[in-house]
Amino acid sequence: MAGSDEAYPAATPDLHFASMQEALRIGVLALQGAFREHARSLSRLGAEVVEVRKPEDLDGLDGLVVPGGESTTIMQLAELYGLDDAMRHFEGAVFGTCAGMIVLDREHLGLADLEVDRNAYGRQVWSFEADVDLAGDDLPLHGVFIRAPRIRELGAGVEIIGELHGDPVLVREGRLLLATFHPELTDDLRVHAYFLDLARKRKAERKLAMTTTGGVDVGA
Amino acid sequence: MAEYGTLRVKTGLAEMLKGGVIMDVVDAPQARIAEEAGACAVMALERVPADIRRDGGVARMSDPQRIREIQEAVSIPVMAKCRIGHFAEAQILEALEVDYIDESEVLTPASLSHHVDKWQFTVPFVCGATNLGEALRRISEGAAMIRTKGEAGTGDIVNAETHMRAVFGAIRELKTARDDELYSAAKEHQAPYELVRWVAENGRLPVVTFTAGGIATPADASLCMQLGADGIFVGSGIFKSGRDPVIEHEGWVEDVSRRARAIVEATTHFEDAKVLAEVSTGLGQPMVGISASSLPDEERLEVRGW
Repeated sequence: MAGSDEAYPAATPDLHFASMQEALRIGVLALQGAFREHARSLSRLGAEVVEVRKPEDLDGLDGLVVPGGESTTIMQLAELYGLDDAMRHFEGAVFGTCAGMIVLDREHLGLADLEVDRNAYGRQVWSFEADVDLAGDDLPLHGVFIRAPRIRELGAGVEIIGELHGDPVLVREGRLLLATFHPELTDDLRVHAYFLDLARKRKAERKLAMTTTGGVDVGA
Repeated sequence: MAEYGTLRVKTGLAEMLKGGVIMDVVDAPQARIAEEAGACAVMALERVPADIRRDGGVARMSDPQRIREIQEAVSIPVMAKCRIGHFAEAQILEALEVDYIDESEVLTPASLSHHVDKWQFTVPFVCGATNLGEALRRISEGAAMIRTKGEAGTGDIVNAETHMRAVFGAIRELKTARDDELYSAAKEHQAPYELVRWVAENGRLPVVTFTAGGIATPADASLCMQLGADGIFVGSGIFKSGRDPVIEHEGWVEDVSRRARAIVEATTHFEDAKVLAEVSTGLGQPMVGISASSLPDEERLEVRGW
């Protein structure tokens, strides 16, 4: 049934190992949407997962996942308690999937240098599963695309990591990772492991910045 | 090669709706109010349950014109109801590309023994259930989402509470059952053994489970979430509340918008009583409602479906 996913390969052992060196504290925005699945994937990789519903929940986090859901709903709930501003000032790594990517784009929080078309493939009957080609990895990644958005335009600093028929579907911009599909709905943990590596690098950078500036966290 | 209409794609959309509120709407203006209030989806229907109850007669699928207007008015998913067993209505709704079909007991059933064979469709279905067996039978027919039934159109939460406890209580019992007891459990629940075993092993239904029927206040929404619902359907509870729309239309829009938003907030912050107290304040008149226990048997909607 839903959720059982034995046909898909587990993450490669070295990625597993990389992610388990040190427990990272990762928040999952839990206003609305598929936050439980992200929490499960991250926990399986050894991260300590915290549900984020209010600005103070962001304190002390190394990374934040903005899950899929309805972007209009997520934005409205975020604005109610000032979580939108808190997220703009959050300095850890951030991973947005589907609606979460929309929340982070130029038009919304303005963190990611992307322009995105919502529901670009059509309504639910046009939702689909397909293999995504990953840069530097021969093994394709099975992607679940649900009323998925499409990246219309991306800024110069955005690196394409995954493509579907020539369209960018998984991209990275510095400490940000963005997917138009749902890696949390399959048991392939490669994308989450990649995000944890970003979060770890970001944590090291911030630590270094803290020591060189005499305790002032300069951020990005 | 892209694959469409897979079980994962169907259940996946329900996963994205979790923690959200799906609101019943009859036309585009109501759909806009719902979207602006933070609904994660809207449900298009001909009349809200309270009106179906009041007016009687046969309740059917909405006019496609209305559904198209709602689809154009909002960007969130649009669901629509078909009658139990009315696969032709379901085919029409699929052709209209609604995002989810609710095979619903709120409409007048079209079959006394057969639900729609939901595996034949690309569009996903949500179905109602009063107990675990009923939920698993619907899942075996292809439902990709379950909503526990309440007594729709009453504004009385008691039946929703009863059925959530029935479904989640039965799941807790299965979790502690011995493996060799699951065969007889399958017989008792009149559900396929494989699904009963899946539930016993995983401690939940294999699909997202919302609750519906009689939710009228933020506190009702919190009660349902605390009892284990993944999200909430609100029908008459929003658009049948507030000032009289005929006498004071502007005031009514304000009332229903405030209540809709309060229920959305309560569903997200269901465990935070301070937020609940705040959002419950000054909401105006809730829907008047009918005590579900005062209904004669022939007027109860929840017993439809089998």
